[in-house]
Amino acid sequence: MTARLASALLFVFAAAWGAPAPAQEGPDVLVKRVTLEVVDLISKDKEIKAGNRARLIELIDAKVLPHFNFASMSALAMGQSWNKANPEQKKRITEEFRTLLVRTYASALAAYSEQKFDFRPLRAKPADTDVTVQVRVLQPGAQPVPIDYSMEKTAAGWKVYDVMVGWVSLVANYRTEFNNLVREAGIDGLIKNLSDKNRALEARAPARR
Amino acid sequence: MRGWVVIAALVAGCASTGEGDPRDPFEGVNRRVYRFNDVVDVHVAQPVARGYKRVVPGEIRDRVRNFFGNIGDVFIGANNILQGKFADGAGDWARVLWNTSFGLFGIHDVASEMGYEKHDEDFGQTFGWWGAKSGPYLILPLLGSSTMRDGLGKGVDLYTDPLTEVRPYHLEYGLIGLRLTQTRADLLDASRILEEAALDKYVFQRDAYLQRRRSLIYDGQPPRERPAEEADDGKTR
Repeated sequence: MTARLASALLFVFAAAWGAPAPAQEGPDVLVKRVTLEVVDLISKDKEIKAGNRARLIELIDAKVLPHFNFASMSALAMGQSWNKANPEQKKRITEEFRTLLVRTYASALAAYSEQKFDFRPLRAKPADTDVTVQVRVLQPGAQPVPIDYSMEKTAAGWKVYDVMVGWVSLVANYRTEFNNLVREAGIDGLIKNLSDKNRALEARAPARR
Repeated sequence: MRGWVVIAALVAGCASTGEGDPRDPFEGVNRRVYRFNDVVDVHVAQPVARGYKRVVPGEIRDRVRNFFGNIGDVFIGANNILQGKFADGAGDWARVLWNTSFGLFGIHDVASEMGYEKHDEDFGQTFGWWGAKSGPYLILPLLGSSTMRDGLGKGVDLYTDPLTEVRPYHLEYGLIGLRLTQTRADLLDASRILEEAALDKYVFQRDAYLQRRRSLIYDGQPPRERPAEEADDGKTR
């Protein structure tokens, strides 16, 4: 009796350990869960609703960012210049780009958090490792705003490597800006520009609405 | 009408300068017009839009947006038909029928709830669908981001705009003013995000505009990314 129980338990444990992470969540399920969770948290948080930007960024940092692959995003936005950067520069670029994108994402989310979301069914084969998850923000009297997440499958689960808002890819949009800056002022010039931009935004953050 | 004059002036007025972005040979002039537009936006359009948003409740603003959107659907439908997308065009005109009748002259968007999705079409997109290349990027005075193709499209859009037929004149200007205010108010959040996100606002807005127009021509399903130099052609089939 006890032996059978023990072996059953052992089996359960083995299954739990052996499985590659707790039964990996599909990309569309992940996007839906995180979006609804964050929107719900925003709607319940008086301080965020009153315009506390720092708190909103904190929330996004904790809930959303773990699902983004910022090194990928930076590399894509840099294009060919990425290979010319040394590891230290790559690290700085990734950090600064991340800070900038978080703030942008926070603003977008704050603007849309009271709208209804339509999570489109995923059009992908189970074996795909690179998919687009489509979300539509519904607003009265206007065409829905499409938000598409390009996601890749990694060992640590599905990660976002580009976001398209209103059919504009963020990564592609930064590519020209980054290339211009690298051409004019080199990679360090780009880093300085990004970091100046972030500092300037931080300085004025508390005052805005 | 205005669009044509502006394009002619811009094309005549400047030659391409140095090694800039190949999609934007008139960058020098464009940037000057952009600065002018920005001043008007910051000192006139934005304050008016903010005041409007503060004074008029969201519920009423939805009615206003729906009302003008309903008129727009007539032309969105026409453009879909000109592009051979008859089902979409029929859907747009069904929207107009339902919204004008049961939606009380368009102030309620009952058609969306019935499952008729609103589309985004204009003559610039129709020209693109027919295969017209975008041509150089242009900043139109007061109207903002455009291209040679979209500027011509804008001219046709304005020419066919029923609001310009409204009489007496003070009613026409009142309606056009209200529509502009509503549109700007709807874009307040987006323009603030642009402000925050961009390293160079002009470049960021230009690239976003070109990307978006290209996607719109393909109704959100453009072929996969090509090198930037040859992006935003007309639709090729």
